[in-house]
Amino acid sequence: MYDQVAQNKRRSAALIAVFVLLVAAVISAMLYLVNLGIIGVIVAVVIAGGSAFVSYWKSDAVALRMSRAVPADPTEYARLHNLVEGLCIASGLPKPRIYIVEDEAPNAFATGRNPQHAAIAVTTGLLAKMNRVELEGVLAHELSHVKNDDILVSTLAVTMVGLLAIISDVFIRMMWFNGGRRGRNDRDGGGSFPFLAVIGFALLLVAPLLGKLLQLAVSRRRESLADVSAIEMTRYPPGLISALEKLRDDTTVVSASSRATSHLWIEAPVARVEEEGRLSKWNRMFDTHPPIEERIAALQEL
Amino acid sequence: MIAIIVVVVIVVLLVVILMASYNGLVRLRNKIENAWAQIDVQLKRRFDLIPNLVETVKGYAAHEKETLDAVITARNVGMGAQGPAQQAQADNVLTGALRSLFALSESYPDLKANQSFLALQEELTSTEDRIAYARQFYNDTVNRYNTKIQTVPTSILAGMFHFTEREYFEAEGEAKGPVKVQF
Repeated sequence: MYDQVAQNKRRSAALIAVFVLLVAAVISAMLYLVNLGIIGVIVAVVIAGGSAFVSYWKSDAVALRMSRAVPADPTEYARLHNLVEGLCIASGLPKPRIYIVEDEAPNAFATGRNPQHAAIAVTTGLLAKMNRVELEGVLAHELSHVKNDDILVSTLAVTMVGLLAIISDVFIRMMWFNGGRRGRNDRDGGGSFPFLAVIGFALLLVAPLLGKLLQLAVSRRRESLADVSAIEMTRYPPGLISALEKLRDDTTVVSASSRATSHLWIEAPVARVEEEGRLSKWNRMFDTHPPIEERIAALQEL
Repeated sequence: MIAIIVVVVIVVLLVVILMASYNGLVRLRNKIENAWAQIDVQLKRRFDLIPNLVETVKGYAAHEKETLDAVITARNVGMGAQGPAQQAQADNVLTGALRSLFALSESYPDLKANQSFLALQEELTSTEDRIAYARQFYNDTVNRYNTKIQTVPTSILAGMFHFTEREYFEAEGEAKGPVKVQF
């Protein structure tokens, strides 16, 4: 268990580095293609570093805002607060801020940059549909994300994936409108340009995809690990198992979720198209969560 | 010359490692103290909640004197309990008495609908959870600490600076079984 958590932390650091590099590469490719040279690269690195830094401090606020979460009142949501406090005692974590998302779909997520600055959000649907032990299981899962340091990486991923998407979008539009002016200029100059340009162009096209795949790498293993850590907290597998079963049987979709935040939630909040066939395996590559059946089966073996 | 530098570097590294593991042991030991104190905090919180609960129930079911008295007696015994074993015993009795009280509330619809009764019930249930969780955390921390001072290389350091093994919190006798509810 502890090994896995340590490994998780190392992987987090690597992922953040890869993200920053990717964003820097994308920005420099774009600036190169619009003819800014070495200054462009410097600007790119500064922007990438800056966005990582801003993400570090502000991404939890962004994630909460995107999901329209409001702070949970301690008297109105006494049970929720009590359960979180109990689990915090069990795990030795400080109590995170607690938020409510007004939504009928049962779901929850955790965000923040470290355990001292963490937040947990649950939907009103979750509170309505889960009984006490089930709710506790879900909250333990979310707290495990806090404890295993998943929240920083996954919350950073939200802003980074968004940033990558925006950049390549802007670029593609620009290319569209100025009709590849750069290309004409360089036919005079010749040299190594076409090769670099092709790479840069390709990079910009695949960047959102790469960002997406990174987001998945962040997400799937961590979901399973958090399930196991949650049991370590509550010492009661049936609670989380029956919560997952309820989540599986419920098909309501969280309306305030977007593709950028989907990996944050305990269960994939976007509607999944059930399909069998040759393409389904490829589609599953883009799932942010392991299939809920597999998660339940893994817990039943404990 | 190079040999001297190598020796110095090795010695410095060793000292740093020793200091780090010594500090780690101290940190864990303090964590155990804190975890133990946390259990007491939660137990006290439960004792504080009980008089309110008894008063609220009296307003609706004053004639259920026996159950109410059992709760109060259990609380007083618990407050005077000395040591982990006695504490666990008293705690178990109190938990049983409270269960009977809540079971009794089933036959008083007015009481069950009372907001402050519901709030107290939620508070007591979650406090019981917290007591269990605080004990679990205490045991987890003791486990980590004991493992550390029994395994090489920290065991050598522990022997030198007299870090001794801590005892687990164990539910004694009756507390191990499920609590009986009496009507």
